[in-house]
Amino acid sequence: MLELQHIDTGYGSAQVLRELSLTVQSGEIHCLLGRNGAGKTTTMKAITGLMPLWAGRIVLDGAEIGALPAHERAKTGIGYIPQGRRLFTELTVAQNLEIGLMTRGASGAVRDRVLDLFPRLRERLHQRAQTLSGGEQQMLATARALCIEPKVLLLDEPTEGLQPSMIDAIRTVITRLRDAGTAILLVEQRIDAVLSVADRVTFIENGRGRETLAARDLHAQDTIIERYMGV
Amino acid sequence: MEFGPYLMLASLEGAVTAAVLALTAVGLSLVFGVMRVVNVAHGEFFMLGAVLAWWIATTMGGHPAAGFAAALIVAPILVGVIAAAADMTILKRVDYDPERTIVVTIGLLYIIQQLTLMTYGPEARPVEPPFNTRLALPWIEWGENGLGLYWPWGLSTTTYKLAVIGAAAVVLIGVWLLMTRTRIGLVMRATQLDREMAQAFGIPVERIYALVFGLGAALAALGAVLIVPIQQAHYLMGGDPLLLSFIVVIIGGLGSLPGTVVAAILIGMSDGIISVFFTPTLAKILATLLVALVLVFRPQGLFGARPA
Ligand SMILES: Nc1ncnc2c1ncn2[C@@H]1O[C@H](COP(=O)(O)OP(=O)(O)O)[C@@H](O)[C@H]1O
Ligand SMILES: [Mg+2]
Repeated sequence: MLELQHIDTGYGSAQVLRELSLTVQSGEIHCLLGRNGAGKTTTMKAITGLMPLWAGRIVLDGAEIGALPAHERAKTGIGYIPQGRRLFTELTVAQNLEIGLMTRGASGAVRDRVLDLFPRLRERLHQRAQTLSGGEQQMLATARALCIEPKVLLLDEPTEGLQPSMIDAIRTVITRLRDAGTAILLVEQRIDAVLSVADRVTFIENGRGRETLAARDLHAQDTIIERYMGV
Repeated sequence: MEFGPYLMLASLEGAVTAAVLALTAVGLSLVFGVMRVVNVAHGEFFMLGAVLAWWIATTMGGHPAAGFAAALIVAPILVGVIAAAADMTILKRVDYDPERTIVVTIGLLYIIQQLTLMTYGPEARPVEPPFNTRLALPWIEWGENGLGLYWPWGLSTTTYKLAVIGAAAVVLIGVWLLMTRTRIGLVMRATQLDREMAQAFGIPVERIYALVFGLGAALAALGAVLIVPIQQAHYLMGGDPLLLSFIVVIIGGLGSLPGTVVAAILIGMSDGIISVFFTPTLAKILATLLVALVLVFRPQGLFGARPA
């Protein structure tokens, strides 16, 4: 279980997150919703340690991890699938996975299991990541994060620019991981893409956490959606 | 001597320059490629390698080959450790900011230079080569009996010079294998491609930076140890290697190792040949002109990939 307690962070001297709190349970898909620039990506970077914490605590399974440097934090079991995928473009599929496997010293069995989820990657192991299609790149970004056998998985707009068939494939994998007990924090722009998979939803506005609701309660609440997502 | 043999002699001298330059420039290129910073003190690590080689060889005494062998191993390691320490104490403090790194490495350049002047002194000192047999070289000529070999007077090289070329080739292949075939090489390339994502996947980027900075300096030092039996160690000897390494790295394509090696051969050979036939100054002028042309017409370098 991942818990953010009143975290502050920002770029240089510009504060972005203000006392943001959030809890992601194991076996839950928790969705973070908000307008462009609200601070969703920044929240993910604060969790991975890529942004320094100015204040607040981050607790994973009872242990405070907010003070750990980024490379140590990955080893506590945080898998990150960043916005825009950010693969190691000049490396091959196999090498990208290798980096993921090294993070926590995972075995070849983990690699096999991950590749079973994405058979298309197995056919392209020696292809450079750059030359994959958009959907395959997203599969690789996901597979790379799964190679660390994450307790918490962070997905930042994973379906951005993908075809519907790919979106379905990604969604199937996410729900399977949830059912296996992984805590999942998901950022999406498109509400319809979220509501069918999410268990809970937290709205973020100007770097502050607002309401947290069960996803099934949200269907009726067009006004809330309008308030936090409307333009 | 006729033109043909003379050209061959010049090419051999050029090949020695090219070999040492390739080692030095690959060190600079590695640092720029992985860390995205320009190390202005690179030439001083070269100089430090030569001076330490003299010191080690002199302290050891005994057979010149033993002293040289010790220098060949110990000097690059020492210089690498010094550079890694400088990385962790200075470059890390300025957060590897490109501009501030240039300024602090200029400072480092003067500190190393002045400390060397104060301790080692202003003299140029030779290191004895481990072996140095003169080899007369043949040339082909049409004689009365058709094509024949003859040994023109003055056309010769030494076993040591050939060994320098061979050693540089072996080390460069080693660096290539390290980068492409090993785990640590994979980690370095991942760091180069995306520093943040490398961290997000457990790679201790700061430690990798210290390692790369040390390795880059060690390669320069190794080049210097190889050349010091031919050129002598002096506290100001770092200037030319720095200038030529920059030229090579720009022409080869910033951060591209194969491009750097090809450019080092190009610049080293032409430097040797032009120096023999004309003057060393003309060689530097032409190389600098080539850099200007490359920067104008092909900023990614002759062999670098166009930025996407
Ligand atoms: N690298 C950066 N440097 C400075 N400001 C940034 C940087 N990245 C994002 N920001 C600012 O931080 C705020 C939140 O950005 P972000 O977390 O990317 O939003 P979201 O992912 O919700 O669209 C925005 O106002 C954005 O302008
Ligand atoms: Mg974002």
